[in-house]
Amino acid sequence: MHKNQLLGKYGEDRAADYFLNLGYEVIDRNWRCAEGEIDLITFKTGRFVFTEVKTRSGRGYGHPFEAITAQKVQRMRRLVALWCEQREKTGESVLGKKVRLDAISVLVTNGKVAIEHLKQVY
Amino acid sequence: MQLAKSYAISLMGLAGTLIEVEAEISSNLPNFVLVGLPDASLSEAKDRVRAAIHNSGLEMPARRVTINLSPASVPKQGASFDLSIAVAILAANGVVQSEAVASAIHIGELGLDGSIRRVAGVLPSLISAVNAGFKRAIVPMANLEEARLAQGIEVVGAVHLAQVAKIHGAEIEFEPPSVEPIIRVESPRAAQEFNSIDIADVIGQVEAISALTVAAAGGHHLLMVGAPGAGKTMLAERLATLLPDLAHACAIETTAVYSIAGHRLVQNTGVDSLIVRPPFQAPHHTSSVTALVGGGMGSPRPGLISLANHGVLFLDEAPEFQLPALESLRQPLESGEVVINRSGGTARFPAHFQLVLAANPCPCGNNTGKGKRCVCTQGQKLRYAAKLSGPLLDRVDIRLQIQPVSKTQLAMLKAEGHSNKSSKQLREIVTEARARAAARLAGTPWSINAQVPGAYLRKHLKIDDGVGQQLQKALEKGSISMRGFDRCVRLAWTNADLAGRDKPNEEDLAEAILLRGSENPMEFGHA
Repeated sequence: MHKNQLLGKYGEDRAADYFLNLGYEVIDRNWRCAEGEIDLITFKTGRFVFTEVKTRSGRGYGHPFEAITAQKVQRMRRLVALWCEQREKTGESVLGKKVRLDAISVLVTNGKVAIEHLKQVY
Repeated sequence: MQLAKSYAISLMGLAGTLIEVEAEISSNLPNFVLVGLPDASLSEAKDRVRAAIHNSGLEMPARRVTINLSPASVPKQGASFDLSIAVAILAANGVVQSEAVASAIHIGELGLDGSIRRVAGVLPSLISAVNAGFKRAIVPMANLEEARLAQGIEVVGAVHLAQVAKIHGAEIEFEPPSVEPIIRVESPRAAQEFNSIDIADVIGQVEAISALTVAAAGGHHLLMVGAPGAGKTMLAERLATLLPDLAHACAIETTAVYSIAGHRLVQNTGVDSLIVRPPFQAPHHTSSVTALVGGGMGSPRPGLISLANHGVLFLDEAPEFQLPALESLRQPLESGEVVINRSGGTARFPAHFQLVLAANPCPCGNNTGKGKRCVCTQGQKLRYAAKLSGPLLDRVDIRLQIQPVSKTQLAMLKAEGHSNKSSKQLREIVTEARARAAARLAGTPWSINAQVPGAYLRKHLKIDDGVGQQLQKALEKGSISMRGFDRCVRLAWTNADLAGRDKPNEEDLAEAILLRGSENPMEFGHA
């Protein structure tokens, strides 16, 4: 795997740990379809949380959140719908469940890891 | 949720509105939203502010930043809000103290490197800030001298955003730039004098110079008709040198107009200093209405007549001006201000100028003396003269015929060793005469003779019956109009002021009748 891909994988692992610590259940990771990918899907108290994880090893290219553009958020919304559709097909109802879009930034600098979490991004 | 406020001023004409700049940082994906009716150049502030904060060694929050400019109904233009937006963001982010930021007015344009650049209109903005109750202002260092003219507010000049952040308590290193500020060798006052020309440069033209002195003393508008080369332009340029220095309030007002215009005079020789000498403006005869009265895209800018505020507006070749341009002067001549209405509001600029018109006697310019060399047809002459409309000429008290100085006159002057008084000498005489008029008019809204309306003139400043007999007769015969009568009386008073008399005598009146000229000033030389 390429160095950046390794870093991305590492960041996603950290993000999953973070959610587990908060008492979330991890439903799915790196769910893909023709439209794109959702990094992390978790569940807690009747709500699915779809999370985009951005990992950086420095601030040279700006804050990780700055890489999440409005188009990316738009695409996430479509992916959420597609994911729910697929889940219905496999027989697991998502009826009555709420959804939320989150963003997680993992900043790795000098061996230290900083995690920032934004809820309900739009 | 993090909130902070800072304050700036939005100008419309000379009047400023206090603008509250609110910054909110909300936990959402990074974005920069600017709301509250900004124009295009203000919308671009987003990118300037982001870069300036970053390059000042400070942090732009990686969250959603919303800036609201309130009141939202007031249109806002230009880059002078940059600094206030930047400090509001820094305060909302907790980098600087919110109370410190909110207690001062911030004015300045930001460069991408965080440097703070000169903006136009600092003086009128600060006057508005004082009226709004502010005690402290942060302005671009380049505008500091100008800003200090505003009284009742402490001003701090800043060169860099990091410096402002440090002033407001940010923990940040800031080294003042090693560049020395430009030091003026001359005092600004000397610079203003240096540029001025002197009436002693004029050879001969004794009558014209005495007419200019009367014009200067009474503030009378002036029309000069004469052949090309007679010296009309030379004389008009020197009228401003006869006027006394501007009173402080007038100087502040005029300086404020130049400040908004972002004029070169302001930038180089300086509203760095106060404009104390009456300005002189000579628009070319192709000037548009907008160039004269003001206007332009976005926030209206002052026109040349406002730049001639408390000074001299000289229209050379007056009949060659476009008719609308000439007619646009009528309202400002009456009210002393220009009102420019826009969808976004009404801009007012002061325009107390002394009008000097110069014209040739006819299109070819040779219709003097017996008019033998004139090649114009009667129609051409009529059309030319008709350009100066009755209502405009009505406001012109002095109509002067300028004859070129002939070779014989020149030789005679040389032989006599005659030389004209200097501007400084005449200015003293004018100042004294003005003081006399001001003392007489104390308690009225006017201070110079030209401003006095006819009704007041006839009631309170009547000329003794013995003295005014001839004029009264002329009025009764109909050879002089009521308005012409008033004009003569006004001029007679100015003559008396210049001579140091308490009341005009026959000589003053006779001279006044001469200065007033004929009812039809363009048709001279054929009598």
